[in-house]
Amino acid sequence: MKMAATNAIHMDLLTDLRYLDLVDQVSHSVTKVMGFDEDRIYWIGMSVREGVINAMLHGNQMDIGKRVVVRFEMAPSSLAVSIHDQGRGFDPACVPNPVAPENLLKPCGRGLFCIKSFMDDVSFNRQPDGMEIRLLKRLASE
Amino acid sequence: MKISTRNVGDVKILDVSGKITLGEDTAELRNEVKTLLKNGQKKIVLNLADVNYIDSSGLGELVSCHVTADSQGAKLKLLNLTKKLRELMAITKLLTVFETYEDEASALASFK
Repeated sequence: MKMAATNAIHMDLLTDLRYLDLVDQVSHSVTKVMGFDEDRIYWIGMSVREGVINAMLHGNQMDIGKRVVVRFEMAPSSLAVSIHDQGRGFDPACVPNPVAPENLLKPCGRGLFCIKSFMDDVSFNRQPDGMEIRLLKRLASE
Repeated sequence: MKISTRNVGDVKILDVSGKITLGEDTAELRNEVKTLLKNGQKKIVLNLADVNYIDSSGLGELVSCHVTADSQGAKLKLLNLTKKLRELMAITKLLTVFETYEDEASALASFK
């Protein structure tokens, strides 16, 4: 029998920040099983957490009636994590740069920047039913 | 997150441990610093040696504490950043915002 090349874990969550720890635990387990080193396990976990926070806080506006779907796709050489909310979406090009001098002292706006810093590829997909952000980390990346 | 405070001369040191993340954790830190400032404290050090996790909201809270202290003529400095926190603050350019120290004696001396 031919084996599937990708394992996937699918989490369908209510918009409730109490689930962040659960997402952390799944991310940690998945990345550990895949063989990422401790540093990358930490930064991938942080990126996924930031993505889910954005989805709940900014996407779903903390509306507990809306859901966030997190999907971990484990391929032999990479991990892809998609985070899908049910919000109105946003234009990533319009997100202020938090390291610009005029934004350095602002209390928020660093989550997406951190995600982009720690993942190999980040893509955005505005869909009729919400926004999807897709994070990719290669096992062989620097 | 746990915070314990101690005085060394006229400097208040807050020993913070655990996670600084979105929610109650960040509010606790903010309230602690605000209370100190309200009571006239002008020299504050956050000892972050035992902070094992911080997210972007936690970073934002450190910035808020810094801005609030600055607006009231007080100084808030950071002590004992972990490797991960230092890396995060370097990437987000917050090392250019804060005074950071690797040992308590240097942090205390910086106020003189």
